Amino acid sequence: MSRQDVQNLLDSADYNEVMGQTVRPTPEQLLKAVEAEERSARRGRLKIFLGYASGVGKSFRMFDEGRRRKIRGQDVIIAATQSVMSPELTQLLRGFEVIPPLDGTDHPAIDVPAVLRRRPQICLIDGLAFENPPGAKNRYRWEDVEELLNAGISVVTSINLQFVKERQAEVEAIRGKKVTESVPEAFIRTADEIEIVDAPPEYCVTRSAEAGSALDPATVERQLSELREIALVLAADVVDHQLEEYLHQQGIQQVYGTHERILVCVTPRSNASVMIHRGRRQADRFHGDLYVLYVQQDHLEPEDQKVIDANLAAAREAHAHVEILDDGDPVGAILRFASEHGITQIFVGHSQQRGWLSRWKANPVERLIMEAKGIDVRVFPHQPPRESSAESSQESNQDSSNDLTRDATHDATPTEPQRT
Amino acid sequence: MTIFLGYAAGVGKTYKMLEEAQEARRHGRDVVVGYFEPHGRLDTIQKTEGLEMIPRRKLTYRGREFEEMDTAAILARHPEICAVDEFPHTNVPGAERVKRWEDVMVLLESGISVMTTMNVQHLESLNDQVRDITGIRVRETIPDWVVEQADEVVLIDVPPAALLNRLHRGAIYGKEKAQQAMTNFFKESTLGALREIALRQTAHEVDVRQDGASAAGLTRVTDSAERILIHINESPAAAALIRRGKRVADYLQADCFAVTVVPQGGMAALPREDRESIERHLDFARKLRIETRVLQSESPAEAIVQFARENGIVQIFLSKPANRPIGWMRKNDLVMQVVRLADDRQVTVVAERRPVG
Repeated sequence: MSRQDVQNLLDSADYNEVMGQTVRPTPEQLLKAVEAEERSARRGRLKIFLGYASGVGKSFRMFDEGRRRKIRGQDVIIAATQSVMSPELTQLLRGFEVIPPLDGTDHPAIDVPAVLRRRPQICLIDGLAFENPPGAKNRYRWEDVEELLNAGISVVTSINLQFVKERQAEVEAIRGKKVTESVPEAFIRTADEIEIVDAPPEYCVTRSAEAGSALDPATVERQLSELREIALVLAADVVDHQLEEYLHQQGIQQVYGTHERILVCVTPRSNASVMIHRGRRQADRFHGDLYVLYVQQDHLEPEDQKVIDANLAAAREAHAHVEILDDGDPVGAILRFASEHGITQIFVGHSQQRGWLSRWKANPVERLIMEAKGIDVRVFPHQPPRESSAESSQESNQDSSNDLTRDATHDATPTEPQRT
Repeated sequence: MTIFLGYAAGVGKTYKMLEEAQEARRHGRDVVVGYFEPHGRLDTIQKTEGLEMIPRRKLTYRGREFEEMDTAAILARHPEICAVDEFPHTNVPGAERVKRWEDVMVLLESGISVMTTMNVQHLESLNDQVRDITGIRVRETIPDWVVEQADEVVLIDVPPAALLNRLHRGAIYGKEKAQQAMTNFFKESTLGALREIALRQTAHEVDVRQDGASAAGLTRVTDSAERILIHINESPAAAALIRRGKRVADYLQADCFAVTVVPQGGMAALPREDRESIERHLDFARKLRIETRVLQSESPAEAIVQFARENGIVQIFLSKPANRPIGWMRKNDLVMQVVRLADDRQVTVVAERRPVG
């Protein structure tokens, strides 16, 4: 696209209609998008198949995609395969052109110069995480892949979750095994496409090396299930990241809320430890993110400052993203932060202002509830719950207290678990 | 039961299901296909080769002929495994059961294993979110507790670009290429968001099943620190509130109640329209397996807070009222009243999400 095309696009009446948005990207944003497009046009495309264990079928899916692309007339070659292959896989590889790896060691390295000379449209590389033998130009295979991509060759490759660098500690804690090869997550995020190869754990247990494990099958399945969950969330995060980048590039201000992001607002008076604890748990259950925000107050008493410091330390310990803002308008600051970070839920403490039911001025909590657009607001009490109604709200509730009519169709008591 | 979960038509759910059926057959298992929707896709049709197909049942409705899964015939045949396409399908009136998932429940109860297919957007609790993303309200929904019955949920993942390629392959691009690209990109972002939801939902399904495994029993332990009350009234926003509250309750493994407050004299004292709306919402809550309660009081806020205190409710879910700048500040606004009264409870005010376009 030329600059004139960009202008035409900006002028076109259809643009807004197409986007279903009233926000129109600036020429700078569109130009940026066009430049990014041009960059990616020169660079080869990277597609990664991600699996959570050996035996889920990554290699098969990858080579099967190569086969289908070949049928569609694309120029596909293979530069690396796994050393041990199933009969189905061997069958699938028939008819492919293979550029043999450099031999001489037990760590075969891709013959990068040969691939560059051959210049295929698409190069299939099984096992992205391999470490090259000493003396090779690049230490890691993913660096070889980077070279091919820069030369305009598209790469389709596969990786097992346990080789994703940033996830290795987690994976090791589950499996109790250490692996040395690794690929940085940042490289995986550069993929144009990531595809997860999902299967039930029992599938891997019966079809792969996992079968030879000394552990009992139930334990192995449980471990695999945890790895599977991590892999799915990793893929979701990559997709989320790509989506955000894309929307940003297109100048679209749209929060899909696909990813739960919880913002806990702490003050010296709020019951911050409960709020952070609940926030952490909810974020974990939803595979979401936790943010803790403190908007600085002037003239804080020393003991209040101590409370805040302790709360922020607890927040960091809970692996929350902690942010301290200085703003004369705390509610405004919270709302701005929330909209910038795609927050889906705000946790806030009850307002301490007495007599705030005055109808002239909304208290901060009221304002937050009123002005938070598309965001849930969860208000937390400062004191522990009162368990009985005996002494509370008596006067006006006398009428209703004896009229708790049970719903006829349900006979479970409130203390019973809901699902049996 | 195994569910093959996708996020759009054409990701390959049916293909994968049939492949698994073939695999099971090769291992000597007794497999039949109970219902199959070919959609004219040749490679998928080929996958049925050699599998026993149970003929569909023909039904006439308003002079037209419809075909549905023949549940009775499958029960009579009683295979070990039955493959059933399109789990969320609604049967034509006149069939024994309204929903195909109800037919599947019957098969499961008789001891037949089922593999089936569905897209994530048919999950009840995601209905509002899906509408926000796509602008479309999905009508054929499956309650979350039905999906929970599955032993396995397997994700069928395909990047949106590849999916669009599949759809457009062979199609000739017009000269308005740039604009068409924009259209595609827009679709791609929608598909991307749906895909992300499918990935997260599958992660959740995997997570929930681990909990089940570790509890060593089948009964799920609920977290008493997170008991939830959902307030129901006649407002159309109640449905979204019920879904959101139930979804949070499910994720937090919390007990969940739906409570409505009616004046002294009960439901009968309400205007007909309000009564019908409230009854519809209560009925919807029950379908999602939420316990419902009808309280009688002239002060809804006080009744809700009292019920919360008596029943150990930790979190009260309320809808944010429509933005009425004048009425809002008035002290008779329910949300503000509850927030003020329930100073020992958590109150969650659920915002209305903004649909796209």
